[in-house]
This record gives sequence, structure tokens and C-alpha cells, in this order.
Amino acid sequence: MFRIVEKEALNPSVSKMVIEAPFIAKKAKAGQFIILRVNEHGERIPLTIADYDREQGTVTIIYQKVGKTTMLLDQLKENDALLDFIGPLGKASELEGYRKAAVIGGGAGCAIAYPQAKALHGMGIPVDVIAGFRSKDLIILEEEMKAVSHRLTVMTDDGSNGNKGFVTDALRDNIQAGADYDLVVAIGPIPMMRAVCDLTRDYQIKTIVSMNPIMIDGTGMCGGCRLTVGGKTKFACVDGPDFDGHEVDFDEAMKRLRIYKDEEQREAREENCRLMRGAEHA
Amino acid sequence: MPNMTPKKTPMPEQAPKVRNKNFEEVTLGYTDEMALQEAQRCLNCKHKPCVSGCPVNVPIPEFIHRVAEGDLEGAYRTIKSTNSLPAVCGRVCPQERQCESKCVRSIKGDSVGIGRLERYVADWFMEHGKAEEAKPKPNGHKVAVLGSGPSGLTCAGDLAKLGYEVTVFEALHSPGGVLMYGIPEFRLPKKIVQKEIDQLRQMGVTIDTDMVIGKVLSVDELFELGYEALYVGTGAGLPRFMNIPGEGLLGVYSANEFLTRINLMKAYLDDYDTPIIKPRRVAVIGGGNVAMDAARCAKRLGAEEVSILYRRSEAEMPARNEEIHHAKEEGITFRLLNNPVQILGDEQGNVNQIECVEMELGEPDASGRRSPKEKEGSNFRLDVDCVVVAIGNSPNPLIRSTTHGIEANQRGCLIVDDDTLQTTRQGVYAGGDAVTGAATVILAMGAGKHAARSIDEFIQSKQK
Repeated sequence: MFRIVEKEALNPSVSKMVIEAPFIAKKAKAGQFIILRVNEHGERIPLTIADYDREQGTVTIIYQKVGKTTMLLDQLKENDALLDFIGPLGKASELEGYRKAAVIGGGAGCAIAYPQAKALHGMGIPVDVIAGFRSKDLIILEEEMKAVSHRLTVMTDDGSNGNKGFVTDALRDNIQAGADYDLVVAIGPIPMMRAVCDLTRDYQIKTIVSMNPIMIDGTGMCGGCRLTVGGKTKFACVDGPDFDGHEVDFDEAMKRLRIYKDEEQREAREENCRLMRGAEHA
Repeated sequence: MPNMTPKKTPMPEQAPKVRNKNFEEVTLGYTDEMALQEAQRCLNCKHKPCVSGCPVNVPIPEFIHRVAEGDLEGAYRTIKSTNSLPAVCGRVCPQERQCESKCVRSIKGDSVGIGRLERYVADWFMEHGKAEEAKPKPNGHKVAVLGSGPSGLTCAGDLAKLGYEVTVFEALHSPGGVLMYGIPEFRLPKKIVQKEIDQLRQMGVTIDTDMVIGKVLSVDELFELGYEALYVGTGAGLPRFMNIPGEGLLGVYSANEFLTRINLMKAYLDDYDTPIIKPRRVAVIGGGNVAMDAARCAKRLGAEEVSILYRRSEAEMPARNEEIHHAKEEGITFRLLNNPVQILGDEQGNVNQIECVEMELGEPDASGRRSPKEKEGSNFRLDVDCVVVAIGNSPNPLIRSTTHGIEANQRGCLIVDDDTLQTTRQGVYAGGDAVTGAATVILAMGAGKHAARSIDEFIQSKQK
């Protein structure tokens, strides 16, 4: 069992948990992920490591409540425990050898973009962070991202923070103003990562994306997380989760994410109903 | 006076039309009378040909003799002297190619039902037997076993008997490896696997789940933690695909994923959260036990039509006879001498058809099986909404790719010394599918036993 040391809601749908997992904390690197299971009848879900503390022996995860498992996860409180917590899985991001980088996060994807920015910053590479959210009240990790970036730009779809637009708008502005990036890291929903890749392809800037497909074991055994990269089949769990964004077949990846959508939505609705009933009785 | 009936005593089973709608065990096991009757068919041959056909050399005539005498406790101890998982082997070993193929009775009629008797004895013991012998006296040495499948469990059990402090590291959340995630409940009930694992724990073996060695701890760190030798029994867990168009479509599964969702993650039970497609028309590609398991699972999920697509003929199928027979009884369609060339989908990316080409058999290839050739212009399409690819697995590269000094051949199989099963790195041993590529439970167990002996010799010789 893996104790929840700390829990904090970052916005109405995104929360952070600090988990006691000393072996994983010792090895974790930016870009790697864990798989967790909340209870005996639950699913195994992958979540990218948002942060770690080797001395405290803790690993931080940030999750968005989108399905039954993340809703169940969110029911847990500090000092409760997760049944399973497995990792660190996948390859660490390869960030060495770059001169200047832009790290782009979309929504809850900022939770994964942040450690990448932190790693680059720690290596002495100047980093511009561009973060996009639907609206002002959904903004997360602003202070943290600011602390590890040369320049932080926060965009909102509805302009509620006074900066209306998509992350690609900000990225294009920076590039055209002569930012001269030789690396872009883009993490968020697939349409956002695809849009960033379409833009950087024109400027021939190397672009790394972090893929988050459906998977079970996370060790290469099930093959459920397969994607097409540069015309070849790759497993996100062992070959990734980072890939060259200009090579990824995003269309296929997006379709594969939808495989259980109907079942998931039904389960999430049922779980919501159950939680509401519970609240009424409480 | 032996029972000279030429026929094996039949084993009661659930009726095909009933069992293809549930996940309960297909075969129900012998009653005491049936077991006695079958045991009496054994001629107790002096030269024991059956034993030579068993990868772990179970003293077969001895245990059957004890069954005939009614000494079931003794029969169990006899099997257990060389086989640490009898309830499992009695169910999943390909006996017709091993012990039973050498049985003198099979010259004129059926062989003795050795597997069925082994299962009977093991099941009897689980119900009535006395607790296992007490914990062996510790010898003060630590060994780590990577992977808790049949090979790792056997190796751990044998080392524990010798007094070693054994820790088994498992990457998944439940121990058992392929016995848990691969072989379905209706062929190998999970409570039986659980009991075998409980017995190991009683002997003092520690099982650490959720530990992906190579990631969370390296092989070097295990040595630093005081383990004096390692056994790598990580199996063949990397699914092969056909590399034909359409394998990324929704509804195309590797057999590993399909079976893991069902067996380990219990997708067929309503109170589990695991999602799975509820297919209507399924094509399973392959001719081994895994293909049979996947096809029979698909049927049990409610599919109307399930086909096995295999590029050779039935004679070349690697599956156990019993599985092929059971699959046919349950209404699985065998489409033999057919090879898929592409999978087609609709606009949303869901599978809707599979295109195959007919094959004919040519000369025997390196494996001794007649190699199939395409019949030109014979392409045809089948309507399907789910495709399961069961064409085999390669060894998982996680350990060797994260460990210095462990070498593998071109197929990714770990290279070991035939006499000791030591890898190219001192103190690190390996066996089972990680070395051979996908094979059988019993061969993996045989390797686990062999490695346990070598590890014992290695550690004892270091002391001198």
C-alpha cells in the first residue's frame, strides 16, 4: 500500500497528490510515468510523474477527474493509501544538448510539462513556458512554471485572464520575434500537440510530445499502447512516452483513445450518481 | 490385475452449450471411483517410459500405484517430490506430447490418463491434505527471483526447500505470471494458482508485487542489497504483431491484452471496472493454446461467431489436442490454411473486415512443419468487429536492456550455459520463455528446477 502524504485541489477538476513511494522516488526522472490502482476491482491507469523528492521518498502525481478511476482516486484523502503504485516506467525525456527551449502545456498537461521545464531549467538551458487553459479559473501551477522559466505566457481560450488565444498563437509570436528555439516540448490534448507540431514543422524545430495512450501493464506486455511513429509500430510504455512529434500518427492515436469512451462515460455517470447519493445520505 | 480397457476413463465436463456461456472450469475432475479405475490401467512398467517424457521427471508409476492403493497423501508427496505445481500441470501440460506419448498402453488404445490423475491427486490434497512440511532451516543466503510465473515460482520453491531466503519480484499487482493473466479461469481456476502461491509463502518465500526490476531496482542494486544470485524468469511477454495494414484499428487486440483484460483484470465480471469490447464477430489469428484461449473467451463474452484463422492445417497446430477439441465443441469455427493480409475499418477507426488469402502447404521448413504458400488470387474478406492477434510473443527486453553483461540472441532470447543456465553474467541465471521464447508451463518449470540446483551449487562453492 502507498500512503497519500498530501492532497490538494489545483482547480475544480484537477488535483495533486504526493505519494509515499521511496523506491520509485529514488529512480524517477522527468518524462517517466507510474501506473496506479485504487482498489481491488479497479483499473490500472498510467499517470506521468509530476515531481519527486528523493529525500522524502515521495512522488507527486497530478490528475484530472475524467473517468471512474480518477473519480475514485479523488475520493481518497490524506493518509489513505493506494493499493498499487508501479514505476518509474517508460524512458526518461532526452533533453541534453539543446540551446534554447519552449515548453508548452495544455490544461492538465501542464502537470507533465512542468517537470520537463524544471529539468531543462536545472540543466541551465533557457526555457520559455507557454501554458494554455480553457479559462482563468482552470489555471494551475502558474507559480511553479514561472519559477523555472525565462518567460511564462499563459493563454486562455476565452480570454478570461486577459490573454485570449491558443498556445500556438503565443509560440508563433515568440518564434517570429526571434526566439530561436532548437527544442519544443509539447504536452497536452492530442489536438493541441498536433497543432504545435504542424507549426514547428514549418520552422523545422525539433518537437517532443508525450503520449498518454490506454495501457495495462506498462512493461511492453499488452501492446495496447501501440502507436505509429515514423511508419513503425511503437509501444508508448517502453519506447516512449516521449516521441518525435513530427513522426507521430496523431489521427490514429486520437481514435485509439476513444475505444472505451461509451463505456467510460456510462461508468463515470454511474459513479457520479453514486457519489451524489452518498452525499445526500451523509 | 490391471484394468485392460483400451479407453481412457472419460472426465466429466460441463456441456459445450452451457460452458461456452460461463467462465467456470470446463472439466470437472475425476471422482474417487473414476480415479481408481484409471489408476488400475497403469501397468507399472519397470522401465518407466512415461517418466522420460516428463520435463521434471515426476515418478509417474509410483504415484499412480499409490492412487490405486488409496494412499492419496503418499501419491501427492510423490508428485510433489519433483513437481512444485501439480494442480496446475495436471490441467495445462500437453501430456499427449510428453508423458502420455510414451505410455505403453498407447500402443494399443489410449494411454493412461496421467494428467487427469495428477490433477485428481492435487485437488484431493488441496481439499483434504495435511499442511506442508514446516519451514526449512534458513541457510543464511539470499536469492532474488525475477518474475512469478511457473518458472520463477518453481525456482523459488526449490531454493526455499534448501533453506535460502528467497524474494520473488513481480511487475504486475498479482503473482502467477501467465497462470494469472494468460490462461483463462475455465481452464485453470485462479483459486488453484492462489493456493499454490500460498503454499510457497508458507515455506517462507517473500513475493514483492508491483516491482518492475530494471526500472525500480537494477540487477546491480539487487546484488548490492545482498542477494547472492538472481534467477530471471521474466517470460516471453512482448506480443508480436503481423505488421499488416490495420493493426492499429479499434478492436484489434494482442492476445496478451485481450486475455489480461479478461483473466487478470476480470473484464467479464460486472463488478470490475475493466473495459473490453463486447464483440459480435471475432477473428483470432494463430493456432496455439493462446489462440484457443482467446477464441473461447470471446465466445464466453457473448460473440455470435468466433473464427480461428491459421495459415497451416490442423496437423501443424501447436495447441493441445484437448483445447482444439474443446474449442470445436464450443462452436468455434476453424478457418485453416488462411492468412490475413490486411484489416479494414470504418471512418471512426473501428474494425469491420479482415482480408485473408488462402494458403497451401509446401515442403517442411526449419521447424519441421510444412511451410504454407499463398494461393494467388484467392483473397476474400470476412466481416468482423474484433481481431485478436495470437501469433506468439518474444522475450521482454526490460532486464537485458537495463543490465550490463546479460546477452541475448537475435530473437531476444537470453543466452545461457546449457549445463548451468547461467547467463553471460556471473551469478545471474535464466530460464523458461525468457530463454526459449514462448513454450510451455512445464518446460519453464523444468528450467526453474534446473536453475535452483545450479544456484545452490554456485553459492555453496563460493563458501569453500
